[in-house]
Amino acid sequence: MIKLTGDNIFKAIIAIIAASAAIILLLNTYVLVTGSANIFATSGFEFISGKNWDPGISSFGVLPYILGTLLTSGIALLVGVPLSLGIAIFIVEMAPKTVRVPFSYLVEMLAAVPSVIYGLWGLFVLRFWVLNYIEKPLNTYLGWIPIFSGTPTGLDILTAGLILAIMIIPTVASVSREVISAVPNSIREGAYGIGATKWEVIRHWVINYGRSGIFGAIILGLGRAIGETMAVTMVIGNATGPKAMPTSLFQPGQTLPSLIANGFFDSDTPLQSSAYIGAGLVLLLISLLINVAAHVMVTRVLKVKGGAVE
Amino acid sequence: MRGIPAINLQFLTGDGLRYGIGPAIQGTLILIGLTSAIGIPIGIMTGVYLAEYGTNKYASWIRSINDILTGFPSIIVGITAYSLIVVGLTGTFSPIAGAVALAFIMIPIIARTTEESLKLVPNSVREASMALGIHRWRTIISVILPSAKSGLITGTILAVARIAGETAPIMLTILGNTYFFQGLGKAMDALPLRIFASSRSHLQVEQTQAWGAALVLILIVLALNIGVRLASRGRYKR
Repeated sequence: MIKLTGDNIFKAIIAIIAASAAIILLLNTYVLVTGSANIFATSGFEFISGKNWDPGISSFGVLPYILGTLLTSGIALLVGVPLSLGIAIFIVEMAPKTVRVPFSYLVEMLAAVPSVIYGLWGLFVLRFWVLNYIEKPLNTYLGWIPIFSGTPTGLDILTAGLILAIMIIPTVASVSREVISAVPNSIREGAYGIGATKWEVIRHWVINYGRSGIFGAIILGLGRAIGETMAVTMVIGNATGPKAMPTSLFQPGQTLPSLIANGFFDSDTPLQSSAYIGAGLVLLLISLLINVAAHVMVTRVLKVKGGAVE
Repeated sequence: MRGIPAINLQFLTGDGLRYGIGPAIQGTLILIGLTSAIGIPIGIMTGVYLAEYGTNKYASWIRSINDILTGFPSIIVGITAYSLIVVGLTGTFSPIAGAVALAFIMIPIIARTTEESLKLVPNSVREASMALGIHRWRTIISVILPSAKSGLITGTILAVARIAGETAPIMLTILGNTYFFQGLGKAMDALPLRIFASSRSHLQVEQTQAWGAALVLILIVLALNIGVRLASRGRYKR
């Protein structure tokens, strides 16, 4: 029998409150599962593999948006990861102290900028840079390659991918910076000791030693890119239905979050609202998978015990 | 970013009919207040539990879930708050629903930073207090929390800065309009929503409004961030 002392009561109260995290997760899952039961009962697997988004014939499928989500995030990783790694390596290994501190502040500030502001900037500024300096030349000279075909407008999958690339830089860069700083100096000294150049030390020893942590950082960035809503909604062009199947980088697309943000309140039928919530459920599953993977990777590297970084 | 000369007194205080962003600024402040009222106590208590009693299996599960929640797509939180509160409980769009959605985002962040800053309090402080015969719960409330105060404030302000710019969840919960605050049970405007709505317009005046609102929002967020960095300079040096 546990005695009712102040200590035990206090511990019980905050233990119950600490369950809030689990409750939030369960609530989200519960709402999405019950909300989307309707669409899964009606369409079944068709909902995942279908391409239509038509309330008229009660046919909904999220395949184009899953592909759109993966494609934009893929572009983001392709462009953002090398940049972020460069930044992280520069900050840890090369930058003189006077540059290091302001530079890492700057990178962290990028993380603080609200996504709707990235979207605004993407819509009125980046869009035209991408259109004039990347898409038009590529389309003119390489337009025969399917992914560069179509009429570039600047509001398309490529721009969305690029804005995501900018947005994941702070996440990936700051986590990889931590990982790279955690590489023991003896590793570097040993490598220099056998005559390696700076480039070789970083390339073969530092990166290699921290590779699973860096991989975790990349996955964290991927998680951020996949869940990003507003910035993507503002620049991706928002196609729906079979038109949203990504065939070219220069055509309007749609991701799962932007689909929801655009259409959630325009549902004509209960089935359609259910379909939007179903899209949310698919997004939840993808993001859970990615976040759990990232969590496992990063904690294994930083050897978290009881929450403290050793 | 692009500072746009949209800002003047009427712009900052005027209502939507004159393309002002007064209602949006007011709405953002109300949201920050309500969210903090829900999120800060829960977040801090969760963090206290994880830091002070967090060696068991239950705590490590909570800690992992917390980490996962920090990377959660915000639009999903919006759907949840919409279904639970806007549709389920009150039947209207309301700042309350918005605040609940934002609190879902805020709690994991605050729990995390609280745990980290409590860990920085040396164990000798705990032991000294216990040695005086003070109960553990009194120790936590009167000794440990005050000595971790600046860390707690830092974490809280960063979390506030984060939720101030969240758009997707509040779009589904407070909807956005062009009027000043009309009550806790009515739809409301907020800066991120105003930016989003105005940026979709073809009218020059509304696009200018979007830029002006963006400038105000970014000033708020950056001021919070820079303030925290200056205040806590040197504290977290590795």
